Amino acid sequence: MTIAALNPNPVPAILPGSGGLRGALSDLFWRKPNVLLLLMLLPPVLWLGIVYIGSLFALLAQSFFSIDEFSGLINREFTLKTYGDLFQAANLDIILRTVTMAALVTLASAVIAFPIAYYAARYARGRWKALFYLGIMLPLWSSYLVKIYAWKLILAKEGILTWLLAKLHLLWVLDAWLSLPVVGGNSLSVSFTGTFIVFVYVWLPFMILPVQAALERVPGNLVEASSDLGASPGQTFRNVLFPLALPGIVAGSIFTFSLTLGDYIIPQIIGTSRLFIGQAVYSQQGTAGNIPLAAAFTVVPIVIMGFYLWGAKRMGAFDAL
Amino acid sequence: MTSAVSFQKASRHFGSVRAVDAVDLEIAPGEFFAMLGPSGSGKTTCLRLIAGFEQLTSGSISIFGERAEGVPPYRRNVNTVFQDYALFPHLNVLDNVAYGLMVKGVGKAQRHKAAEEALSLVRLPGYGARRPGQLSGGQRQRVALARALVNQPKVLLLDEPLGALDLKLRENMQEELKSLQKALGITFVFVTHDQGEALSMADRVAVFNDGKIMQIGTPEDIYQRPKTRFVADFVGSSNVLPPDFVQRYSGQHRWGSLRPESIRVGRAASGATSGEGVSARLVSTNYLGATTKLALDADGLRLHAIVPAGTTLPAEGEAVVLTFNREHLHLMDEPA
Repeated sequence: MTIAALNPNPVPAILPGSGGLRGALSDLFWRKPNVLLLLMLLPPVLWLGIVYIGSLFALLAQSFFSIDEFSGLINREFTLKTYGDLFQAANLDIILRTVTMAALVTLASAVIAFPIAYYAARYARGRWKALFYLGIMLPLWSSYLVKIYAWKLILAKEGILTWLLAKLHLLWVLDAWLSLPVVGGNSLSVSFTGTFIVFVYVWLPFMILPVQAALERVPGNLVEASSDLGASPGQTFRNVLFPLALPGIVAGSIFTFSLTLGDYIIPQIIGTSRLFIGQAVYSQQGTAGNIPLAAAFTVVPIVIMGFYLWGAKRMGAFDAL
Repeated sequence: MTSAVSFQKASRHFGSVRAVDAVDLEIAPGEFFAMLGPSGSGKTTCLRLIAGFEQLTSGSISIFGERAEGVPPYRRNVNTVFQDYALFPHLNVLDNVAYGLMVKGVGKAQRHKAAEEALSLVRLPGYGARRPGQLSGGQRQRVALARALVNQPKVLLLDEPLGALDLKLRENMQEELKSLQKALGITFVFVTHDQGEALSMADRVAVFNDGKIMQIGTPEDIYQRPKTRFVADFVGSSNVLPPDFVQRYSGQHRWGSLRPESIRVGRAASGATSGEGVSARLVSTNYLGATTKLALDADGLRLHAIVPAGTTLPAEGEAVVLTFNREHLHLMDEPA
């Protein structure tokens, strides 16, 4: 049997166009892919560029205005007086507290996330991998507020954690911790320790996923090669796994760090009465009506994140994205 | 003399899959040893057993007389050149080569000097500052070789190291590896599925199939005197002849093998007079450059012959007569 016998209906080498507007558009988009790209990107660029970034700049511009302390009216003239107010000791205290908390939350998230991500990237297969993703994502499906209030109950003096520690006769450990200055308090739900625990819980998925993606890209034979060349498991971790996972850790830390810098709900519900940046912005623009100072406070996390991203880029964090 | 590597009834089973099944093997010190076999035949698992990446299910392995069971890879003075090289992408070439010395705590100046020397050994001097990503496949292969050799291993394991290279480069590397092995005197264990590579480089070859060693011998042994049909067919695609056919020419009822290059092809008319040829029909010819491969049909028996290029050939479909020297017909051990 010849090929021609298999193909009894010869077709032309070039098919005719399908005609109509759709056909013409399809051909146009094929010939000029940039036209399609422009059409697809125009709406989100307009949204991001004008509505989103534009209003952000409008807010930031407010930080160069000042408030008239007697009338409470905003004086719309360029001044650096508001930034002078920002650098008062009480406000610097808020900034320092927030940055310290964000750094500690990031560090703890990285330490907790790494083994989980390592397991998922190296060992979990099939249904275990599905279970891993479900376990990481599931908390993200429920409301943020519900989770925080649930934690308030867990951490409260009458809560399940106190009950559990009492049953285990370990209540003295909790009491000893709570009696410490700064991190302690009346109960975990009104201490910085409680704020820290809830921050780590809420942002952990944002650390696990990028670290897992980075580890998944490390070929297994690099670990074997390191071991073959005489490196103990600890040396392999320090010299091969950690450097190769670092971009993922940095990418994850951008999430945990910036989200902690800006959050104002968690420290309000769980923690002490001392303010974080987000709460300061909230109270300045609301009850105090001092929009310029609120705007100046908003600039702080943006500047910190700017430096952080610049440093992260130098470490090659964005190669992994 | 102590063997460099010794397997005693070594088995590695993965569930019901017998990747390596009761293998006995002795590799002599300073030997260039090839493990040859199709994919899934257990040769790579054997290599990984020596390296320590896999653990035995039963049997034992010793390396230079020392038992290796339960010894992790990092405590074995054995190094591997990986199939896809496994160079560390975040380190430059010099630090890649110096890695083994670095984890052993050798000082920076000293290990960099040793790494430079290893790089010159593989003819890549001055490449230290580059990243593995900036090198060609052949260069990466040399770096992987230098990275293993710098540790002065007792045994060097090579897992299909030439598989990813193009033909020309592969031939160069074959010669280089062989002369390097002679100069250094290190035991090389080389895994390949390419029979040409195994025959041209190795002092001895083990042919693997289904987790077992089918035959161990010098390249000439393996090629000229295969013991089983599998070896005859896998190494150099010999013609495997059934016992009835062999009986007519040798008087013995056994499986035989006949190398394609031992078969002479003549025209039916001229060959008929001698009276002792095999009459066959030429099915197709396949031009290979230096030689031409002929597919023949002798009464339902498929045979291949290889003749030098330039031989005048009968047309496809024509009747031919095949002749061969009796001593080229090799009788195999395998029971008929």
